[in-house]
Order: sequence, then structure tokens, then C-alpha cells
Amino acid sequence: MRKRARETADQGQAGAARRSLLLSPAALGELLAALLRRGYTVIAPTVRDGAICYEPVNGVEELPAGYTMELEAGSCRLKRRGDEALFGYVVGAKSLKNYLHPPERRVFAAERDNGLFRILPEQTERPRFAFLGVRPCDLAAAAIQDRVFLKDRYQDGEYRARREAAFVVAVHCTEPAATCFCASMGTGPRAKDGFDIALTEIVEPGRHLFVAEAGTAAGAELLAELNASEAPEELCRAAEEALERAASSMKRRLDGDGLRELLYERFEDPHWDDVARRCLCCANCTMVCPTCFCVTVEDTSDVTGRRAERWQRWDSCFTQNFSYIHGGSVRLSPKSRYRQWLTHKLAAWVDQFGTPGCVGCGRCISWCPVGIDITQEVAALREAARTRA
Amino acid sequence: MSAASETLPSVMVPVAMRLARVEKETHDTFTLTLESADGERPARFAPGQFSMLYVFGVGELPISISGNPEERDRLIYTVRSVGKATHALVTRAPGEAIGVRGPFGTSWPLADSRGRDIVIVAGGIGLAPLRPAIYHVLRHRGDYGRLLVLYGARSPQDLLFRKQLTAWNYVPDTQILITVDYGGLSWRGNVGVVTTLFRHIRLEPERTTALVCGPEIMMRYVVRELLVRGVSAEDIYLSMERNMKCAVGFCGHCQLGPYFVCKDGPVFPYSRLKAWMDRYEL
Amino acid sequence: MIKSKNLVETLREHAFVAGFQPAQIDRLAAMAHEVHFDRDQIIFREGDESSFFYLILSGKVALEVTALGKVLRVQTLREGEELGWSSVLGGSGGKHFQARALTAVRALAFDGARLREACEQDYAFGYTLMRRLLQVVASRLQAFRLQLLDMYSPEGPKSV
Repeated sequence: MRKRARETADQGQAGAARRSLLLSPAALGELLAALLRRGYTVIAPTVRDGAICYEPVNGVEELPAGYTMELEAGSCRLKRRGDEALFGYVVGAKSLKNYLHPPERRVFAAERDNGLFRILPEQTERPRFAFLGVRPCDLAAAAIQDRVFLKDRYQDGEYRARREAAFVVAVHCTEPAATCFCASMGTGPRAKDGFDIALTEIVEPGRHLFVAEAGTAAGAELLAELNASEAPEELCRAAEEALERAASSMKRRLDGDGLRELLYERFEDPHWDDVARRCLCCANCTMVCPTCFCVTVEDTSDVTGRRAERWQRWDSCFTQNFSYIHGGSVRLSPKSRYRQWLTHKLAAWVDQFGTPGCVGCGRCISWCPVGIDITQEVAALREAARTRA
Repeated sequence: MSAASETLPSVMVPVAMRLARVEKETHDTFTLTLESADGERPARFAPGQFSMLYVFGVGELPISISGNPEERDRLIYTVRSVGKATHALVTRAPGEAIGVRGPFGTSWPLADSRGRDIVIVAGGIGLAPLRPAIYHVLRHRGDYGRLLVLYGARSPQDLLFRKQLTAWNYVPDTQILITVDYGGLSWRGNVGVVTTLFRHIRLEPERTTALVCGPEIMMRYVVRELLVRGVSAEDIYLSMERNMKCAVGFCGHCQLGPYFVCKDGPVFPYSRLKAWMDRYEL
Repeated sequence: MIKSKNLVETLREHAFVAGFQPAQIDRLAAMAHEVHFDRDQIIFREGDESSFFYLILSGKVALEVTALGKVLRVQTLREGEELGWSSVLGGSGGKHFQARALTAVRALAFDGARLREACEQDYAFGYTLMRRLLQVVASRLQAFRLQLLDMYSPEGPKSV
């Protein structure tokens, strides 16, 4: 989903090529302030509860200067860095999904009326979000959710309103975490599109700078307000090199070649039993996954029975009730639920929406309490396909 | 994909309709007739499609439309009371409101089956989504070859639409065969599962389109009979059931392999299902 | 009409003899005689040592189980179907069900002992007959299993 303004900007800039501007940390603060002045709720990384979280912030001083977050299978540790980097980590548990497709929201409220019922008009104003520090994987994830909610037979109006109002400041990734595998998914470490502004942070002894580029007219306009100078060629090259190093330094990878067919074929593979022995069916992976979109719907009424509401909440294919139909649940065993998740994400998703549902952000690896690693499970299934009938 | 895609929240918000009539079909199954509350005609539906029916403050669930598609002023549903939401639905009194979203999903391939024999195989409540197809064929009787309806139920007391079934049997080129799994002394009809009826019909596989709805186990065995008798997988259509919360492809619950039952189904040609149907815990 | 048709012709039209050689059909016909049952007539009772195997030509028969004054109909059989297959095997300790004519019924009856004797004398005939009979029994078994699942039960199918 692209705003009309964005498309115009892309066309308009085609000839001029993207200009790279130089921003100081102070200028970044001005950028954030400008977003707040425009009435945006600015969502940015900040330290909270011993972790880096993406939350509403009111100033650049709330960003996690000098922090990093070490991610490994089943672990996530907040640590100090030796410098004052503002984006010296990659992802937290939350992604754009938490704001564009929130964990719970009211679908409608209704009231009994003359023997029937009527839907009450929505009073609340829709939030306008500006996202600061969005990683390339999460931009790719948002594009996937756009496909689900906006480009099918039906459109999710709430999602569309939030999405169209959003302003995105992306940050290219120069220091991937151990759990990252975006390079193999083709989604990072450089953001290709889907941002209004993209930043590369350069932190070296003696200098701390950002190279900024506009992706849309709105982004260019905002950058123009900052009176930034053109980034020197040397700095742009340094930024490029940092991104190349980032891509080649990623240790994890997921080989997607022929994976759809392979997963459909390995439906009965004994390896699913092996995963099932470890999987707790806690649903963490689906909650932190930036593309997982499943929801349930709950209808409630007040004690008088005069007023009713419908709420939509995130749901997970790891719960037993998820597949319940009259007579029982279709997927009773943990094995079948893990298989459903992985096969949906990497195979059925391709049939349904034209791309896999994984962007290589690695969240499901870090936030799995027992450290199940999607890249390893795929590798194990590949190995099984190679060695077993 | 439709040209103008429909937008939430409207597609997630039910329209209040008035419950005009509740007819008891069997001890646990009821037919509900809904009429417009605001004078607006309900949206046209195709046989095989379903709606999401909402009981105020209680819940919402997918229910197949069982009425005549030509009767444009009302919507008719046949509901079996098996849980909290279905119980709430069938215990509403006439005059009360029922929320309706839809119709949703794919329909029986009636337009593409003109000139062919239509073989309908139904089990239990599975006859409900097939009744609109029967209405359609009977209304356009000359457009189709023979109409065969094979219907199985648990017991004689569980048979739906008995008077209609009896009457339809007198329509030319139309044969209605009924069987029950358990019969008492007063039941002089067939006893035995629905698949046993195949021995008593003459199928011309080349010109047969089969429409099947019932419990999944029943459908698997019916498909086997049809295939053995030479009907091709492309000409066998099944209506599938899965958990459903939204009916528009957003909630993810109704997935069946690569499909969403709500928008890719509920009616599928067996040729698209055969790779998935026998997979346990899919 | 039946009376004018000979038994061989009648037999040839019955689904049971699909796959039989013409000579085998003749052999089978030589052992058949036509029988009639009135509506509601009991053809055999549970436990009967009745040795007849029937091919139904017209009408409808119910297989019933009786218990404490209750009669449960477990299957109906009609034209083109077979009744009393256990008679062909013999030694099964009598009939398992009660058979009742639900309408006027016409059938070909075969004495089980004579059929067995014919099988013993001609193994090729015996193989054809037994193979066909096994198909009948197999489809009966499958249908009964489905019935036991109670597919339309409000609680969903049962495990058997």
C-alpha cells in the first residue's frame, strides 16, 4: 500500500536520483520534533522493562543511546555499548503490526433499538503514527500485511486508515543480530522502499552521523526543513560498505529454494515429532511475528443486555481452540500446530499471497522460550528430504 | 478479485434483520426465515453460499443459506443446535433481530453444469446448503438432465424437508433416494449408510456433476464411490467446513492447506481438494 | 414377465453374476429356484439354520436385530442385492440377523450346501463365486463400520 503522495514522489525523483543528506544526532532530534508538531504519535525504540521496545516517545532523548540488545535463540539481553549509537540493535518484540493491526480493537458497539439493534457510530479518532527506526525486515513485513488486508477481495478499512496515515522513518541495518537472516530472504539489510525517509547510522571513533535519504515527497519535504547539507561522497561510501559488511556477516540463513513443494511433501516427516517434543505451543512466535495476522472475534454484552460489542483480538494457530469445529478441533497435537504454522508461513502463504510470510527478522527465534530456530527446522526438513524417502 | 473491494468495518458489521419465522424441522434442527428490517432487499445469493449470523451480544457463526435463491425478499437458514451460539440462534422468538453479514464464499457450479445430470449427495444437515441447488434445478428443469438426490440421515426422525423430498420425487427425471443409519419398525424406507444407495442408481459418469455435502468422513466415502463409478474429480464438488471468525480471509481460522474455506470455498471441486482431504490434522 | 423368462436369463441380469463366465452362470442357474415372500413375512430369523442364499430380484428386505421387544433395522436390501451370504459358507451357527420382507419380494434361492458342493467340484467356479461373495461381504463390512461411526451424531463421529 503506497500513499498517492509517495508514488508521485518516486516518479518525480526518478531523474534526480536519491540525494543523500547528512544529519547530526541533534538534527535527528529536530526530525522527531517535526513529526510531533505534525500531530503524529511517534513510535520509536526506547528502553523499557529491561529491553528495547517500540513505544510512543516524545523526544530523541528517549531513544536507547548507547544500548544494544543481544539476540540469540531463546534469549534477548539488553547491554551497554561502548559508544552513543542510537540504533545499535535491531528489532524488539513489537513491530509495525502492533500499531497497524493492533492486538485488540473494537470492531463495533451496538445497542438494542426498537426490537432490533443499531450499530453505534465510532467516537474515537484514529491514531496517526510516525514510525522512527523501522528496520528493512519490518517494512517488508508491512508490505506483506498490506497484501493480506488491502489487496484481496475484501479490505480491512481500519488497517487501511492507519496505514495510509503512517509516516515511516526507516533505519538500514549495519549491525545485524545473531538471529537475523534477512539477507537470505531478500528483505534487508538495506530497505528498498516503503519508507518516507531512510537513515544509515555511522558511529565511529570521533564521529556520529546519519546519512538520510527521502523515499517520498513527504519525506523530502521534512528533510528540507532540517537544513541538512549534502552527505559527502566518502560518508555515503562508508554507509554502503557498512551495509555490505552487514549482509555478509549474517550467519543464519533460510534457503527458500523449492521450499513450498518440500514442505507440502514432508507433511508426514518424523521431524515434526522432534519439533513437537520441544514446542510448548505458547504462541510467542506468532505474537512477535510481524506478518502473522490471525485474529479471533469476541462478542460481549453488558449486564443489562442492551449494549453489545465485538472485539477483534490476535489469535494463534498454536492454540487448540483455533481449529475447533463442531465435533472437535482439527489440530489436536502440538505437532500439527507447529506444522501448520511453519507450512503456512513458508508454503501456503506463497499460494495465498504470492510471497512467503517470513521476512527473516528472527523474532520467533529469540522470543521462543525453548529456542526453536526456524532456520534450523527448515534445514532439518531439507536434510530429511535428502536422506529419507 | 472484485473491482471495487469492500471495506472493513462495513464488511465486519452485521445488518439487523427481523426473524419472521422459526420452523422446527427435527428435534434439534430449525429453519429460520429472516426478513428485511429497513425495506432494503437482502443481497442476492448463489446456491452454496453462506452468511455470518449474529445473535446480539452472544456470538456469530457461519450458516449456509437453505432457501430459494429466487425468493429475493427473505433469507432462509436451516440450523442445527449443537453448541452455545447455534442454540442461541434457534431459540430466538419471531420478531427478534438477527444480524447478517454476507453472503460469502463460492457456490455450486450450476451455470457450468447445464445439460448435465446433477447428482446431489447429502448427509444430515448437509442437505441445507444443497437445497438452494435443488430449487434452482427444479426451477430451470429443462436446462438440466436427470436430478438424483441421495440423502442419508441418522434416523427417520432426523430427516429434513421430508414433505418437499416426497414431492420432488414426482418431478419428471427426478429421483430422490433416502436412507437412514438406524431405522425403527415403523420405518419402511432404506436403512444403511448413504453410500449403499449408489447400487440403486444408474450413473452416466460422462454427463454427471456431483454436489456433495455432509460430515467429512461421509464425503470421503461418497467421493470414493463416485470415482469408482467413473465420475471425474473435476466434476465432483464438496462443501467444506472449518472454524470461521471473519468470513473475509482475515482471521486465518478456516485454512485448509493453501485455501481459505471462507473465500476459496466453501464449495471446492474435488480435484483441488484431493491432495489435502485425507491429511490427518491438516 | 418372470414366469416367461427362464432362470438363466433372469440370473444373467442380476448384478451378483458380473464377472462370471456364461457356463458358470448356467451352473449357478441350475441350482436356483424362484421364491416369493409377502409383505412383512419373516424370511429367516436370527439363529435359524436356514441354508438358503438369495439374490433379490424385486422388492425390499430389512435386516433386523430384536432385543427386549425392540426391533432395530440395521440395513435394507433390495433388487440387485444379496441376502443370507453366511449360508454359502456354512457352519456359522445360524443366521446373524432376522430378515423381513418390507414389500412383496421376489428372489432366486440357492441351497448353501449345494453351492459348497459345486465349489468343491469345480475350483474355478468356486473361486469366482467366493471372490464375488467376498466383495459383497467387504462392502457390507465397510457400510457397517460407517454406520457405527454415527457420523451425524450431535457429538460428532464416534471412535469405533
